[in-house]
Order: sequence, then C-alpha cells, then structure tokens
Amino acid sequence: MASQRFEIKIPEATLVDLRERLSRARLGETDDSTSWDAGTNPRFLRGLRSHWQTDFDWRLHEANINRFSHFRADIDRHPIHFIHERGKGKHALPLLLTHGYPDSFLRFLKVIPLLTDPAAHGGDAADAFDVVVPSLPGVGFSDAPAKEGAIFHVGGLWHKLMTQELGYARFGAHGGDWGSTVTEHLARSYADAVAGIHLTDVPFWHAFQTPSNLTPAEQKFLAANGEFQQKEGAYAMIQGTRPQTLGQSLNDSPIGLAAWMVEKFRSWSDCHDDLESRFTMDDLLANITLYWATGTISSSFLPYYDFMHAGAMRWMSEKAKEWIGASNVPTAFALFPGDIATPPREWAERFYNVQRWTPMARGGHFAAHEEPDLLAEDLRAFFRPLR
Amino acid sequence: MKLEPFQIRVPTAVLDDLHHRLRHTRFTSGLRDSGWDFGTSPLYLRELVTYWLESYDWRAREAVLNQLPQFTADIGGRIHFVHQHGEQSKGRALLLLHGWPDSFFRYHKVIPLLAAPGHHDADPGDAFDIVVPSLPGFGFTDQVPPAPHQPTRQSAERLWRLMTEGLGYKRFAVAGGDGGSPLAQIMAIDHPESVVGIHLTDLGWHVGNVDPSTLSKAEQQYLAAGKKNFMTDMGYAAVQSTKPQSLAPGLNDSPAGLAAWIIDRFHSWCDGEGDVERSFTKDELLTNIMIYWVTQTIGSSIATYRGETVSPSLTTADHVKLPVGLALFPKDAGGVPPRSFAERTLNVQRWTEMPRGSHFAALEEPVLFANDVRAFFSGLVAEARWEGGNDGKSAV
Repeated sequence: MASQRFEIKIPEATLVDLRERLSRARLGETDDSTSWDAGTNPRFLRGLRSHWQTDFDWRLHEANINRFSHFRADIDRHPIHFIHERGKGKHALPLLLTHGYPDSFLRFLKVIPLLTDPAAHGGDAADAFDVVVPSLPGVGFSDAPAKEGAIFHVGGLWHKLMTQELGYARFGAHGGDWGSTVTEHLARSYADAVAGIHLTDVPFWHAFQTPSNLTPAEQKFLAANGEFQQKEGAYAMIQGTRPQTLGQSLNDSPIGLAAWMVEKFRSWSDCHDDLESRFTMDDLLANITLYWATGTISSSFLPYYDFMHAGAMRWMSEKAKEWIGASNVPTAFALFPGDIATPPREWAERFYNVQRWTPMARGGHFAAHEEPDLLAEDLRAFFRPLR
Repeated sequence: MKLEPFQIRVPTAVLDDLHHRLRHTRFTSGLRDSGWDFGTSPLYLRELVTYWLESYDWRAREAVLNQLPQFTADIGGRIHFVHQHGEQSKGRALLLLHGWPDSFFRYHKVIPLLAAPGHHDADPGDAFDIVVPSLPGFGFTDQVPPAPHQPTRQSAERLWRLMTEGLGYKRFAVAGGDGGSPLAQIMAIDHPESVVGIHLTDLGWHVGNVDPSTLSKAEQQYLAAGKKNFMTDMGYAAVQSTKPQSLAPGLNDSPAGLAAWIIDRFHSWCDGEGDVERSFTKDELLTNIMIYWVTQTIGSSIATYRGETVSPSLTTADHVKLPVGLALFPKDAGGVPPRSFAERTLNVQRWTEMPRGSHFAALEEPVLFANDVRAFFSGLVAEARWEGGNDGKSAV
C-alpha cells in the first residue's frame, strides 16, 4: 500500500465542458433583492457565474495547490488522497487535519505553512508540525467508499494512514464539522496513538441522547441546536435521505452546485452577511470547482446518509461500549463565534477530557480558512505540553 | 377581464437546447446503489433520459394537449386554464386544482370522464363544465412575484375571480389534492356564496399542527406515522420550505436533475409496489416534467412552500363549513387518516376509502376518482345547492 506522489491535473476537456455549461446556464429572471432568507441570493449567483466565466483561473489555483506535496495511498483497499508536509526541524509533531462539508482539503491550505514552519510566521521553531491533510472518502480525490457506514470507519483509515503508511507512532489530530466526528472516533478507538485532539465543535450526534441533568447553559445550547435543525437543517435531511435525488442536478449543473454550496459558506462563516469579507469569489470557486471537476458532490453526502441509515443506534451498539464516559485523550476546543452553535464547556466535559477551552474573538465554521493565525496559535499552544 | 384562446407552442430552440443538455448529462457516480435506496434510481434515471432523447416526442404530446380547449385570463398576470364544456352540463362547473410536482396534466384523463360521462358508462346527467388552471407559479400561467402574505390565499382569490368574473359561474364545485386541497378549502371558506362543496383527496399540509393534547389514540398513531414519514420521505419539503433558492438553480439548469427531483415524488407516492411504471408511463412522467422544464417554473412552483411556511394561509383553527367529500387513496403519504381527524377541520359529508391508488389519484386511478367526484356532487345537486346558479352560458 505504498503511497504514490500525486499531482492534481484536471483534464482540459473538463474545464472546457464547465465553461460551456456556465455559458448555457438557465438562471431565470432576478429582481433587486439582496436577501438570502430563502437560500442563495440570485443576484449573487449571477455575479459568481460571471466571475467563474471571466476572472477565475483554475490552472492558477491548481498550481498553488500543487505547491504542496500530494499523495494517494491504498488504505484497506480504499484509495485516499492526502497532503503530507514535513515540519521544519527535527522534533516536528505529526498533526492530522480533517475537513468537513461542504469544504475540502482546501480549507487548510492557509494554515499548513503556519504549522510546518512557525518560525517563518512569527512563531517558535519548537512548535513545528508534520502536517497531514487527507480528503474524506468520496470528497475530491479520495475514492468514494464502497461499503455502508463508511463515516464510522474513517478514524480507522486515518490511524492506518498515520501509523502504517507514514510510520508515526504518535500524533495529534484536529477537525471541525465531519472532521470533529472523525477526530473523536480516532481518539476513542486509538487513544494510545493520539497525543491529543483539537476540535472546533462538539459533534452534533452527542445531542441525540439528552441527559436529564442539563445546566441552563446546556439547555440554551440544545434549544439553539433544535432551532438550527428547524430553520437551517433541511440540507442535512435531504442529503441524508435522498442523496441521489438531489445530487443529480448538482452534478449536472455547475451553477446549481454553486447555489447549493455557497449558502453554507455565508451562513456558517463569521462574515456578518458579507460573504466576500471572509471568502473571495476565487476562494469559493476553487472549492466548488474541486467538487465539480471530481464529480463528488453526491458521494460527499454519504456521511449524512450513513448517519441516517447505518444509524447512530447501530454505531452506538458497535462502539459505545468501548467508549463509556469521557475519553481520556487530552482535548482542546477552539470556539469560533460565527460557527453554527457554540457549546458551553460543561457540555464538552461530558464527553471529553477538556484540557484547553478557547473562546475566539472572531471566525466561524471554516476557522482554518477564516482565521488561520488564531487557529495555528491555538494548536501550537495546546500541543506544546503534549509533545 | 380579457380571455384569450391559448395553444402550447414550445420554440424549437428550447427543444434543441434540451436535447443538447440531455446528451451531455453528467450522471452521478460514487453512490453504491443502483436501486431507489439513495433516492431516484440512477439506473432508472439513465433509462428515462435515454427514452427522453430517443423515443419521447414532445411535439406529439403537445398536439394531444392542444386538443384540450385552453385559454388565458389576465388576473394580475396571465392564468392558463383548460375550459372543457360538458355535454348537458346545464352550467354546472367543476374547478380541478393540481399540486406539486404535478401540473394541469394531472387531470387530463378525467376531463372526458367528467365532461361527458354518458360516453363513459356513467349518467349523462352528471356532466360538468371542467376548468383546470395551471396554478400561479406553475406551467403556462405567468410567473408573478410570489405574494409575501398568504400566497395560497391570494392564488385562491385569483382563481375565484377566474371562475366568477372570467367565466361567469355564480356557483361551482371544486376538487383538489396536494396543494390543490388547501386552495379548495380556502375558496370554500372565503367564498361560500360561490362554492357548492369541495372534493379532496387529502386534508392539507396544515393539519399536523393540531393541539396534541386533544388527540385520540388513533389520531396520535396517524400523526406519529406521518412524523416518521416526514423524517424519511419529506426532505424535499424541508428544503423547499426553507431554502428554495439554493435548490432551484440546479433543477432549472439540468433536465436530468429536474427529472430526478420530480420522479422521486412519483415513485414515493404511487401504488406501484416500488415500480413507478405500474402507475405511470414514461410518456406521462416526462410530459409532466416537460411542463416544468419548458416554462422554467420549478423555482416559482417550490417558492410556495416557503411562502406558506412564513405566512400560512390556513391554520387548524380554520373550519370548512361547506360540504366536503373525501376520497382517500391508501398509498398516499401518511396513509388514510381517522375520520375524526378530518372532521376537526372539515364538514365531511362523504368518506370513501379507495381500494387502491395514491397521491396523484386523478392520473393513477382516473375512473375511481371521477366516479367519486360525480357521486359526491350529484348528492349536492339533489340538495339543490346549485339553485340560483348558472344559466349554462359562460364567457368562453
């Protein structure tokens, strides 16, 4: 299962076809409304399309992406794409970074240099990390999983990737969104190999079983979660029940894919209703083009489907017995105010050995992209005593 | 009010563009199932797209649709409708209201059964003049900006004006299902002087909000089943009710994607034991999809879901006092409700539990549907509810 060097090179025909589809896009009439209340604003979408057609240069982004060292490895007969960047110095701690939906490994590009070479970015050379950034199965350049319930096994794949493939006996891990679920699974199943985990949220499924002794702050947090599900949770419901019904249009229409994805970057980032204050059109389109060119929007829905079907219940019965109570692995939380919901510390302490708790001044769900410096500094500080 | 004859004529450029898109469909990959477990079967979708390209003949379907007498009326924007005079209808009119994701096409099979029952093993005296509009936001009815306040109530008002001012019916009957059910109920509540009674195939989307403390055991079971069904089968409604503008661009740009989205509903809501073609032919499925595609109305049709979520037209406090006939088809979403549950909001005068059929009853089981509609409204004729009604001459 030796890993192979990998260079990203989207075929020219794919880009030609993309341009052709964009020029044909049936956008319908738009009024002057600037509201996003009903989903992606149609005028914004028009602007995004014209940027995509005339200003956006995928090859430029591709060249930038290829400045990092990419590999593909067959882990348990599962082809996985990952970036592997060595840290400066002899004592770099290996650190695994896991993305979520609807982002990708691109989420971490800004933060990688800050972690591999802190001295060059105002930090201490002793804080250097070897950084590994895989693509989740079914997203981008990692193949889609062939079996059901794959999201529950990604922690196992990552462990093999880090230990057997890359030869690290002990490493740290960070994640948000699906990345926090995967990172938690990893810590609970392979505690001996994991020096510590650093999360930006408490995975949503912990709220499936409500304890009877909730504090007022926890009650408020869970009520906010419930309200989010009502008002903003439809995407998860359809992705979890009908990924194919939804995915067909998104895989056939680039403008449809953009409309479906871009709304999340606006509502989950700390952009104060100004999306471009956090993501340039180019940032947004690089991520959307990655999903488009790899045709992976439908398979990126599989974690939602797995959770609905293989079900939290089945997974609980398989795994929960190993994991009663809080994990012993040292855990840090960096809470970014613009994220979907910010849990109170006592909620996190029910499930984790919380060693560090950092409420951030700014930033949102896509913290590594929005506030790379804040995140890098928090990662350095947390892992410093765990090296 | 200006009424004009109407014929469907889709520009050839639209059909050429459609074929180009279908030929270049990027089918999904990466999902490990070819059946219906992940939504619309990728295998079936490929089969349907191939048929669409190679065998489906829109011009032939268009010619068949154009055999129906169609008109438009300008009522704050153009409303498209079929107006089929009945044989010996004596001015009795029936308004048929479709829902989502169907269209006026839902009723094409029952128009002859209801307009000319004498030719279809039924009493010629039961004939109706039939009016089938394309609902505001749908098909060949003009897209007007959706009303921010109670959009379904405002659509009901426009359709009432069509029937009264436009076509000259002082009194008329109304039948509807899916979105057509709340429309019919609102018309009965707002205009009891014009509506003789309403025939429904479901109770409307608002009834789930009833005070749970007042429910009987059977009602609780019915609602619990509905809630379970909502979680597994109603993601489409959750999206359409909250973020329609994030969904619509893809559906309006990808014919295969539009088909996948719509076919999922026809598959889920048919009585075909998982085989959608036991209930509907490919031609039928595609003609309905084409009505959305060529008019680019998928976005405006789903906008109603959000409009009604933000500003509902009906609540469980609303009660229809006019006579209501209910024809309940066993495989419809959520199953057959307890009669007591229906009676909370409706004056139920006829209750028919059908032996088979589902959500798109008029398309799937046209004879069962038409017989029940006739039986219900002829009972009302006997009660002389049509008295003082129409003279048999309408505007068109």
